Amino acid sequence: MGSKVGAVLVVGGGVAGIQAALDLADSGFRVYLLDESPSIGGTMAQLDKTFPTNDCAMCILAPKLVAAGRHPNIHLITHAEVEGVEGEPGNFRVKIRRRARYVNPEKCTGCGVCARECPVEAIDEYDEGLSKRSAIYVKYVQAVPRTYVIDRERCIGCGTCKELCRAGAITYEDKDDITELSVGAIILAPGFEEFNPVVKSEYGYKRYPNVVTSIEFERILSASGPYGGIVLRPSDGRIPRKIAFIQCVGSRDSQIGNEYCSAACCMYAIKEAIIAKEHVPTKLECTIFYMDIRAYGKDFEKYYKRAMEEYGIRFVRARVASINEDPSTRNLILRYIVDEKPCEEEFDMVVLSIGMRPPKNAKKLADAVGIKLNEYGFCLTNPLSPIETSRPGVFVCGAFAGPKDIPESVAQASGAAAKAMGIVASERGKLVTSKVYPQERDVLGEEPRIGVFICHCGINIGGYVNVPEVTEYAKTLPNVVYAEHNLYTCSEDTQKRIKEKIIEYKLNRVVVASCTPRTHEPLFRETVREAGLNEYLFEMANIRDQCSWVHMHEPKAATEKAKDLIRSAVAKARMLRPLKKPMVNVIPVALVIGGGVSGMTAAVELARQGFEVHLVEREKELGGNLRRIYYLLEGEDPQEYLKNLINEVNKCSNIHVYLGAEVVEVSGFVGNFKSKILHGGEIKEIEHGVIIVATGATEYKPKEYLYGVDPRIITQRELEEMVYKGLFNAKTVAMIQCVGARNEENPNCSRICCSEAIKNALKIKEISPETEVYILYKDIRSYGFKEKYYHEALKKGVVFINYEDSRKPLVVKDGDRLRLVFWEPVLKQEIEIYPDLVVLSAAVVPNPDNRKVAEMLKVPLTKDGFFLEAHMKLRPVDFQTDGIFLCGLAHGPKSIDESISQACAAASRAATILSKSVLELEGIVASVDEDLCGGCRICEAVCPFGAIEMVEKEGKISAHVIEALCKGCGTCGSACPTKAIKPQHFTTEQILSQVKAILAG
Amino acid sequence: MEGNPKIICFTCSWAFPEWEIEAPPNTGVIQVKCIGRLDPIVILESFAKRVDGIIVIGCSPPDCHFIEGNLYAERTINLLKKVITLAGLEPERLHLELVSPIENKSFLNLVERFVERIKSLGPLFKGKEVDEEILFNIQAAKQAVTWSRLRILSGRERKLTEKANAYGEKISQEEIDRLIEEVMGEEYIRSKIYLLTKEKPMSVEEISKRIGVDSPLVLQHIVALRRRGLLAMDRIEGYTPLYRALEVD
Repeated sequence: MGSKVGAVLVVGGGVAGIQAALDLADSGFRVYLLDESPSIGGTMAQLDKTFPTNDCAMCILAPKLVAAGRHPNIHLITHAEVEGVEGEPGNFRVKIRRRARYVNPEKCTGCGVCARECPVEAIDEYDEGLSKRSAIYVKYVQAVPRTYVIDRERCIGCGTCKELCRAGAITYEDKDDITELSVGAIILAPGFEEFNPVVKSEYGYKRYPNVVTSIEFERILSASGPYGGIVLRPSDGRIPRKIAFIQCVGSRDSQIGNEYCSAACCMYAIKEAIIAKEHVPTKLECTIFYMDIRAYGKDFEKYYKRAMEEYGIRFVRARVASINEDPSTRNLILRYIVDEKPCEEEFDMVVLSIGMRPPKNAKKLADAVGIKLNEYGFCLTNPLSPIETSRPGVFVCGAFAGPKDIPESVAQASGAAAKAMGIVASERGKLVTSKVYPQERDVLGEEPRIGVFICHCGINIGGYVNVPEVTEYAKTLPNVVYAEHNLYTCSEDTQKRIKEKIIEYKLNRVVVASCTPRTHEPLFRETVREAGLNEYLFEMANIRDQCSWVHMHEPKAATEKAKDLIRSAVAKARMLRPLKKPMVNVIPVALVIGGGVSGMTAAVELARQGFEVHLVEREKELGGNLRRIYYLLEGEDPQEYLKNLINEVNKCSNIHVYLGAEVVEVSGFVGNFKSKILHGGEIKEIEHGVIIVATGATEYKPKEYLYGVDPRIITQRELEEMVYKGLFNAKTVAMIQCVGARNEENPNCSRICCSEAIKNALKIKEISPETEVYILYKDIRSYGFKEKYYHEALKKGVVFINYEDSRKPLVVKDGDRLRLVFWEPVLKQEIEIYPDLVVLSAAVVPNPDNRKVAEMLKVPLTKDGFFLEAHMKLRPVDFQTDGIFLCGLAHGPKSIDESISQACAAASRAATILSKSVLELEGIVASVDEDLCGGCRICEAVCPFGAIEMVEKEGKISAHVIEALCKGCGTCGSACPTKAIKPQHFTTEQILSQVKAILAG
Repeated sequence: MEGNPKIICFTCSWAFPEWEIEAPPNTGVIQVKCIGRLDPIVILESFAKRVDGIIVIGCSPPDCHFIEGNLYAERTINLLKKVITLAGLEPERLHLELVSPIENKSFLNLVERFVERIKSLGPLFKGKEVDEEILFNIQAAKQAVTWSRLRILSGRERKLTEKANAYGEKISQEEIDRLIEEVMGEEYIRSKIYLLTKEKPMSVEEISKRIGVDSPLVLQHIVALRRRGLLAMDRIEGYTPLYRALEVD
């Protein structure tokens, strides 16, 4: 047995792989991030917008791409594949084939001259074949690495690129090479492949130009796509008036062998319909043909409702039987059946919502790595160990583990990182190098020399604002010595340019006019820092969100406004001063609130890495909701699992469990929290560096359907317990879905109830096959691989009946009997049955304690009372407040495997902090001039973060800022009667200079 | 004009002694140092100036005073024959004659034989409308050979097929012919789209009708031209975007 290696290989550079790599690298491990393709980014890089926030996909991904690209501990190995893995957990040897790129990444500057002059064209895979690229190419503008690559299959070797390349980067003599890496753990994140709908010949894909796939449509919607972001029909370039979306193409289809549900298509179709309506300047009708709308994620149902109510998107529950083209107009005639009635309807364009297939080389990868695949060809996992593959030390995340959307992939990726950290924890810090920045230039004595970089943001800005004109204008502003415009100022190559220009023009202030500082300021600050400037000598003007997007129809006004905004930013830049970042020590201890499966999992994962954990549970025993779950859909025994997990927690010497306890007070800040735990009537004080919120949720107590009035009316949980205890005895069972969910009061879907109903129905059929089971539902949401059990239930004779809100079922007590009345949509008549049991699928409702916990931690809740994460898409287990994380049902309804993944994710995110002895914090904080401070305590009273304490020094009391708690909001500065407290970077003088400048237009 | 076609003869300074260069009255003779100098644009521009046929006379392979200028010219003429065919001209209207001083051929004879052949083809420019179409096609062909893709391919053709490419492999003549034909087809249509939209902004369907190319294909070429910065969307009329060519120097 060799010693362990403090490095991890991540296979697949999509959003999941990138997240896993960043977590690991930030926690002190070396990461090799490998991708088959020449650049990282994966499928997300091709998307236009993301649901349910409608964030621009590239805009939120680009900072992560750049972060991965420039991280000193992440080594990108692109255009490569794994050929074999030997060894054991902690010490694997991986054989890698790096395919010849024919361009030297050390020399290539990404200037693109080669591609402009290359005479040979090829299909552009990034644009899904809707456009062409040259034989030497870079996958997309913001690609990381932005190193060109030669497509050897198309290249004829004419030699032009080599002659033109001034960097001398072309190497025709390049050969594939085989290298061996030593790593302690492996994470597989190769993503998925899109289903090719050519086999569904009834839809005419590739025969009719106006039938496109959903991913092609993403490219059509995208500003960087073939049509520049205006939706056009491929047949004639006209703007469509009527688009149909067809769901479940290649999913839920046993005919073609993909019986599973692809989990994300309902939502992306709704999103595409909404965005299409926004992108089309004329009137556009969108219709979605579906079997069930599976809007099961957090706040998805609200998005679905908005699509119907606000955007007028039409939803038709029907399977489209065929598509035919009218050859004269190239319009498409759809045939489908609604209410037994055959319908025919004409559309100008059809989007096929294609499903996810296992990645193309899944088999090869599985063989090379030595893992098993499941019946569908995805990675084989178990619902109680959703991140583990069949080979110890090899973990999986993202769509390869089963179809899933972005936030779940990201959470699972962090989870996989935690699992990998668990294996190599002893080697933390041994193979990493810390980033060294150049000596900071002292600019205090210098006259401001400002450089302005103005972004086209594809067409997001450039399509409405006359960017070249604005650039010329910027050059005329006082102290501006340099200005230029870029297609994407955030791309890797522009960072290089900015650094070059800082040095070439001796810039001491930089202004970027582009999008929002919320997502992009950290990136640009890092760039100026790398060029030897203090990172606070940087200012942003948001000429996209605040300008081009709001003035889409008035380009002249937008251009003038962009000038105003830049003038204001330049005015502030002139007055910027360098700031120091406060450093804090980190106490390597975690507090986990909640001892259910999520809390315990997070605790165990952190303990495994050697961190001390305080686990606080309100109940007298550990286990939370899992204590009342006796079966799983997939067959595993949850009670056995729970027993083992509790044992592990109790066995762990560095986990301190507090049962029947409560956290009553939390103070401090990331790295240095102090909390009070009320335990057995005593208060215990602990110090810790992070907090994980895993407070769980509860089952809704129905007010509907006579629940509580008759003992034969029970919830799914109660049914499960009844079956488990052998008390079940009924000839007819009726289940009603969506009780307390998807209604006015609680608009969201509870996600797990459909699968729970199916699980219990199957259990009934198992123990009492002659019992009749009815499930009354709105949409069956057995997403992902759970679809299989829906089919099984249908096969076993479970009767599924659809109901609508306008015709809800009715439960009446009829003498001794229970009568259930419902509308049968196929027979079109009211039916009455007399069930022995009525089972209500009650919603998952937030823990009533959430509000208290949220106030104590100063973190937000959603409208319905679950905790609200920092970003729905890319930061699913983080809070906005540093050092606090969430997981499990506290975040929203989810199944056990999802809770486990998320708990591991929270542990991983926490480890990125706990693994550091010192944290560098944000430098924009308030500072006090003690001479001016009168000690009036107004600032202390107004500070929302408790960041001000009064300190006595030589008999004088004055305010003191706890820098780690200060968020730089500046409220104190506005209240201070003596102007003693100054919110830096937003000083009164700076703001007034902006006011003056913005009015000077 | 009938029976008396307008002919241009390009000849190098070495194929025939000065005193042997005599030609019929309808044939203008232009001497160049080497026929390797004949830019495709010169040939196409000459057709655009309404000549009925062009004969190019140079030295046969071993006798070129500039070593290989004649061989490059041969490739250029082959390319041009394909281009003018696309433009609707008979390829015979362009003819290359490589002669050796020892063959004792008569210059006048060569030219007269070419004139006869052109006579039998009849005039290139027949009437107003047809002429305009041909002129437009020739302009498009000229644009296609002005852009770099075809120039690079034809310029490298000999090296790739006769010696080796950058990877040390020889490319077969068939492969390069196929590629050149493919590229020429694309560049010719793109040129037409480019020239048309220089006049006025046009929609995909208008362009499709005007040049007889299926509209999905026209849109694909528009995408390519936009990527190259040669075309932009001008405005949207109702549901139809119109495109215009961008002035590029």
